[in-house]
Amino acid sequence: MEYLPNILFVLILVAGIGFFSKNVKRLSRNIKLGREADVSDNGPQRWKNMVRIALGQNKMGVRPVAAFLHVIVYVGFIIINIEVLEIVLDGILGTHRLFAPLGGLYDFLIGSFEVLAALVIAAVVIFWLRRNIIRLRRFTKPEMEGWPKKDGNLILYIELVLMILFLTMNGADYQLQQLGTTHYVQAGSFPVSQFLAPFFDGLSEEGLIAVERTAWWLHIVGILFFLNYLYYSKHLHILLAFPNTYYGSLRPKGQFRNLDAVTREVRLMMDPSADPFAAPAENAPLPEKFGASDVMDLSWVQLLNAYTCTECGRCTSECPANRTGKKLSPRKIMMDTRDRLEEVGRNLEANKGTFVTDDKQLLDHYITREELWACTSCNACVEACPVSIDPLSIIMDMRQYLVMEQSAAPSDLNNMMGNIENNGAPWPFNQMDRLNWVQES
Amino acid sequence: MALQPDGPVELGTGVLNNEHNDMGSDLKVPTMAEMFAAGQRPEVLFWVGCAGSFDDRAKKITKAFVKILNKAKVSFAVLGTEESCTGDPAKRAGNEFLFQMQAVTNIEVMNAYEIKKVVTACPHCFNTIKNEYPGLGGQYEVVHHTQFLKQLLDEGKISMEGGKFKGKRITYHDPCYLGRANQVYEAPRELIQKLDAELIEMRDCRKRGLCCGAGGAQMFKEPEKGDKDVNVERTEQALETKPEIIAAGCPFCNTMMTDGVKNKERETSVAVMDIAELIAGAEDL
Repeated sequence: MEYLPNILFVLILVAGIGFFSKNVKRLSRNIKLGREADVSDNGPQRWKNMVRIALGQNKMGVRPVAAFLHVIVYVGFIIINIEVLEIVLDGILGTHRLFAPLGGLYDFLIGSFEVLAALVIAAVVIFWLRRNIIRLRRFTKPEMEGWPKKDGNLILYIELVLMILFLTMNGADYQLQQLGTTHYVQAGSFPVSQFLAPFFDGLSEEGLIAVERTAWWLHIVGILFFLNYLYYSKHLHILLAFPNTYYGSLRPKGQFRNLDAVTREVRLMMDPSADPFAAPAENAPLPEKFGASDVMDLSWVQLLNAYTCTECGRCTSECPANRTGKKLSPRKIMMDTRDRLEEVGRNLEANKGTFVTDDKQLLDHYITREELWACTSCNACVEACPVSIDPLSIIMDMRQYLVMEQSAAPSDLNNMMGNIENNGAPWPFNQMDRLNWVQES
Repeated sequence: MALQPDGPVELGTGVLNNEHNDMGSDLKVPTMAEMFAAGQRPEVLFWVGCAGSFDDRAKKITKAFVKILNKAKVSFAVLGTEESCTGDPAKRAGNEFLFQMQAVTNIEVMNAYEIKKVVTACPHCFNTIKNEYPGLGGQYEVVHHTQFLKQLLDEGKISMEGGKFKGKRITYHDPCYLGRANQVYEAPRELIQKLDAELIEMRDCRKRGLCCGAGGAQMFKEPEKGDKDVNVERTEQALETKPEIIAAGCPFCNTMMTDGVKNKERETSVAVMDIAELIAGAEDL
């Protein structure tokens, strides 16, 4: 009987972590549905980017208020995780405040966790106000209606509850320490939770123990719940921001990928010794599809991008098309990609690992042509993303599919391309007139 | 926003009062073919681009730049009738095939002339040749004309005295394919400041510069349905700075901003000019 809580704790811990690893596997399987991408180059630069952009959050500062609040929550969660380590060990071993022998350092740590927890509560409240009362424009765009909005708020509620539980646990603990209750070692400093004393007024020792234990259990169970909520929410960025910034593009933003499959075709066309009537080799692979009409046509980095997106909307608020009322929203491109990828993943699970066509695809069923053609390729969305997501590359891949597989460009663009083909300029001018400007007055 | 062959109507602001001097025949514009035939190699190829060759407004920019090159006695040549579209609009429209056909053809021509360095007044040509040609066999040092002009100035090959633009309020519009795409933010600004002009930044500038609306092949099609056109939004930002001149470094941005200024009926008080035109104007070329 004595070890019942320990056993219960270990069971909950194993279940929580086990379920989470199951979702990590699902996540990794879905991401691997993407095409290959060579990202093995420039290791040192990639590590540097990860440290600067993900760990150092150096792209958040563009919006100072959000950056300040975000850094509080970010630091708060990372630092408070040291405390979670102690809680987990206490739970397994049946100890209480295992790290207490650290003495002065322990006091300092617990004290700083408390201050951070209070700051996190303040930041979370302001975040909530920004989403629900101030209603910042980027949080109220059409793609945020329904689940995305709820999801954003739920995350704030969970964070708020976790912090309140943490402080309640400490507050009750502090009272018990003062009463000299056995098991409650005199350790830690409680700069915030000591002020919770009035709430515990009139509670018996047993009552205090009940409050402390309840808060302690709910806090750790809450953390495990939050860990498992990540996969179902937009909040995966707290983990995926790191690999995503590592694998982010290192090229100048204006450099779009040259398609190797096309290069091979063009070389063949330019090769005077190539036989234009040659039949393809007996077991030649099927020609590669140009561009993307579904998530499997995108690269795995683009799919990782989709899972990393936390729907902050910086991309959309900088997008010239969106700012002038067009349907295109780079954030929606990422949300659609993820939604479709999840749908494909569920399809795989329902059909024992093989994808059974559902007569749907990313193009048209999620992302419309109108959105794709509204893009000016200005890279504002790519620049704005604090975690190196590239919505533009998905737009361009889908345009390639429309033009090269479907011949479905807007007619104005067909005229432009016809002109380039015929006379080497996007307008109908003769190439032989290219130097006429020298003679014109 | 499809550009008509006769191009946009020219601005009549009188800020750049060099039309009287605009005798095309004064320009010395050697072609690569001529130079090669004479056994000469220019230091740099001036890639004129389609807009610079055919668009009436952009041709003025081309000429202004050539005047400066002539004045500074820069050894340059153009490809002339051997130049063809870089393929940029085709690529951004999704036609990778057409892009690579154009690229491979242009690269063959440039490699045949053993070209090492390219300067262009078009950020789209600049970006494409600089970033997308190397993978297809075209390795050149590529500079935008504002970088090139900055270098001429630093080397003392051009001077910008005379104070024609002294104290004028100039705002600079960052072309996406020069700024965000290739991190060139300072060269054009330093040139404006050298004019003794007052450089005023728009709300969204440098990394956060708002697009003019022409990129990604939008120049050649009607915009999608929305509340307003992108160029009008950007022009409003520019007009907020109460400028006398909106400076640009891209022929397409120039067209879009010019149209935006007309849309706001401010064409009599606000000029849209390329950096090369400002410098040629300051030098009274």
